[in-house]
Amino acid sequence: MSAAPEVASGGTLAGYNFAYLDEDTKRMIRRALLKAVAVPGHQVPFGSREMPLPYGWGTGGIQVTASVIGPDDTLKVIDQGADDTTNAVSIRRFFARVAGVATTERTADATVIQTRHRIPETPLREGQILVYQVPMPEPLFRLEPRVAETRRLHALGDYGLMHVKLYEDIARRGEVEISYNYPVMVNGRYLMSPSPIPAFDNPKMDRMPALQLFGAGREKRIYAVPPYTSVRSLDFEDHPFRPGRADASCALCGSRETYLDEVVTDDRGGRRFLCSDTDYCAERRADR
Amino acid sequence: MAYVAVKGGERAIGNAHAWLDEARRGDPALPALSVRQIEEQMSLAVDRVMAEGACYDRPLAALAIKQARGDLIEAAFLLRAYRTTLPRFGASTPLDTGAMRVRRRVSATYKDLPGGQVLGPTFDYTHRLLDFALAADEDMPRPPMPEAQADSAVAPRVTGLLAQEGLMAAEPASDAEPGDLTREPLEIPADRPLRLQALARGDEGFLLGLGYSTQRGYGNAHPFVGELRMGEVAVEIAPPELGFAVEIGDIVVTECQMVNQFAGSRNEPPQFTRGYGLVFGQGERKAMAVALVDRALRARELGEEVGAPAQDEEFVLYHCDNVEATGFVEHLKLPHYVDFQSELEKLRAIRAAAATDARREAAE
Amino acid sequence: MSDAPILEASGLHLRFGSVAALDEVALRVWPGEVVAILGESGSGKTSLLRVLSGTVAPDAGEVFYRDAAGVLVPVHVAGEAALRRLARTEWGFVHQNPRDGLRLGVSAGGNVGERLMAVGARHYGGIRAAAAEWLRRVEIDPARMDDLPRDFSGGMQQRLQIARTLVTRPRLVFMDEPTGGLDVSVQARLLDLIRALVADLGLAVLLVTHDIAVARLLAHRLVVMRRGRVVEHGLTDRVLDDPQHEYTQLLVSSVLAA
Repeated sequence: MSAAPEVASGGTLAGYNFAYLDEDTKRMIRRALLKAVAVPGHQVPFGSREMPLPYGWGTGGIQVTASVIGPDDTLKVIDQGADDTTNAVSIRRFFARVAGVATTERTADATVIQTRHRIPETPLREGQILVYQVPMPEPLFRLEPRVAETRRLHALGDYGLMHVKLYEDIARRGEVEISYNYPVMVNGRYLMSPSPIPAFDNPKMDRMPALQLFGAGREKRIYAVPPYTSVRSLDFEDHPFRPGRADASCALCGSRETYLDEVVTDDRGGRRFLCSDTDYCAERRADR
Repeated sequence: MAYVAVKGGERAIGNAHAWLDEARRGDPALPALSVRQIEEQMSLAVDRVMAEGACYDRPLAALAIKQARGDLIEAAFLLRAYRTTLPRFGASTPLDTGAMRVRRRVSATYKDLPGGQVLGPTFDYTHRLLDFALAADEDMPRPPMPEAQADSAVAPRVTGLLAQEGLMAAEPASDAEPGDLTREPLEIPADRPLRLQALARGDEGFLLGLGYSTQRGYGNAHPFVGELRMGEVAVEIAPPELGFAVEIGDIVVTECQMVNQFAGSRNEPPQFTRGYGLVFGQGERKAMAVALVDRALRARELGEEVGAPAQDEEFVLYHCDNVEATGFVEHLKLPHYVDFQSELEKLRAIRAAAATDARREAAE
Repeated sequence: MSDAPILEASGLHLRFGSVAALDEVALRVWPGEVVAILGESGSGKTSLLRVLSGTVAPDAGEVFYRDAAGVLVPVHVAGEAALRRLARTEWGFVHQNPRDGLRLGVSAGGNVGERLMAVGARHYGGIRAAAAEWLRRVEIDPARMDDLPRDFSGGMQQRLQIARTLVTRPRLVFMDEPTGGLDVSVQARLLDLIRALVADLGLAVLLVTHDIAVARLLAHRLVVMRRGRVVEHGLTDRVLDDPQHEYTQLLVSSVLAA
């Protein structure tokens, strides 16, 4: 992470600070980030600002990215794994305008990757930062909607509610019914929402060499998983966590290991499957 | 391939924006609305956008309304996003609404009172008949308006009159710096200054519904409009380098003080308590709703039974902001196909397992 | 019974306005002992249970719990985290209304399993087996393990609450009128069950009741309360057969009359 300059550098939007946020706000967010890194998985409240994009479009991720990005960074933005989804394009263009940073679609070339709903297929390395957009930071919210109460449950490490939910799923359906936003235990202490990534991506979070930062703008929470930190998906010894994917291969690159999007091709049941990670898919095709 | 269409990209966004701009402008044969026209002739819309946008700036609110094609929540959002980038020079001293230059002032609790009742520019006694004369684009000649009687005579606040008699619960005075919702995240339990801030910015429709619910038994309110006043108040700041307050301008606000029954408690005799609402501009409906909800949210501190939605602090404060609410509701239209795909696979797997079980049972 | 008390309270005072709910109350409970707090409604017996279990702080006085490791825990000083830990390990609660002690939207097995999972059980099959065993012990057909308790009768709900409480083998159980809301015939069955389980497991129990028959059947010792004060205490048979205080005499005689 390189330090941001105090003044707007050339090539950025006139009248706005580098990366849009003023330096005081960035410092406030960096303090929250430091605390989050020091207490992995713990949700740190922060003075989230109103952004020029709506809540729900990634305002938390954008504020985190704006606070850690410097002029020498290279930014990649994905939504649903793809660089060319409209919201990814829109956010990438926002940072190109307000920070003038280089952008890329190649996972390996990026220093900061902002994502919504996926972790790239290409393994991340030390020095990279993965910024997740988080709609609902509280992993217990469906079981206990009261924020004041869930904060108490986290403080006491009282996660019986979530275990009961998993138990009930198995008792009723034979398996855990959560397929995305699958709750994880971070560093053996805090229950954490991995954001709505498919459960397929959960194992990538465990002991990841890159720094993982999570920003929830509307809910005004930041949390983090430092490099090489244990991230365990909740399960039972005799019903181990099983990440799922469509049992098919990518129609473009043929991959049988990646997470696939299903595309309906006609109204007679015709469908094909494609890599959700467009960069990974394109590289596999280029290598052939 | 058909699926490329859903992966829009830069050109699609550009085209959408161009189309939006054309739709905003409407028929180019008609003259464009000027921001000044909106400011003058859509003044209550401007007031609402300033209140929910939490920024007192009439020309900018009018611009936001024009840009948002009249979508007032979108306009409030535009104003908020602008506001958040502004430098903060300081905070004003508390507004003295007692010294308001009153344009409208009514009390439902006293027939007459010092300062008098001033109807002002109100819809209250209009007959809601469409005025087809307004359909003409040209101004009709209007009879001259009599010179306003609302003079600068002192209009003491009704709650103050009750307090003199010891019938109105005193508000605890405090010199503590109030929290700032726009800088710090909301913490529950929130103190009253924070609650009132949230309500002042809150969505008029949401607060109206909640206030209404307290009248229908969900919260057991017995409200009287002690006083509703609207007019100009001076804004003063006291820069530390000066050491005294200086006036920096006037703003129009609407203030509502609801007088509510209170049964008294172990330590206090029965008396009236106050529900308070203050909003930017002329926003009577909202000020009244805020005052009802403010009083409902005091249930716990007053030792009353807490059970109704309007008394539930976390529920009210977390859901009253329309910029937050619209974002989270509307974000559902963003692509969720990765999540949905995982749900599809999960559902198929569970159904397949159930079918296998059923076949095995049938075979046994 | 060991010689160190498991729970020890002294000098307890609690006022609600002008009413003294507790007035200079002291109490000791030894391991494996069932102590009944007997009194009419308004006598302060439920307030005493709440103060002893840390739910309500007294205006004055102290409560100490001696934990499994022999450490003396000051109940009102230990903090919420310590109390919550106790509540899911060494303590148990049986409420008068099973709705207060059960999750009605969670299956019977899940209700029993929750306490096991809260203390670290992570083997689904093992949790199921333990839940089935405990349902049997409280005379609920294990075939109903996946049913919701809201479809159970009042007596079954109460037995399920007991299974949920005892599955983790607590050392001290607080019971508030555990048979209060039930028909007489259902009460008798439940009392038999509680008596057998308490004896089997060697539990210490603090039982609040207004019902002398319940106290006689379950308790080793009795504490009789009136207007926030302990008016008499002693071995159950002694207190009931030879009451010393006139209030206790009145209580006993009114039962005999009825």
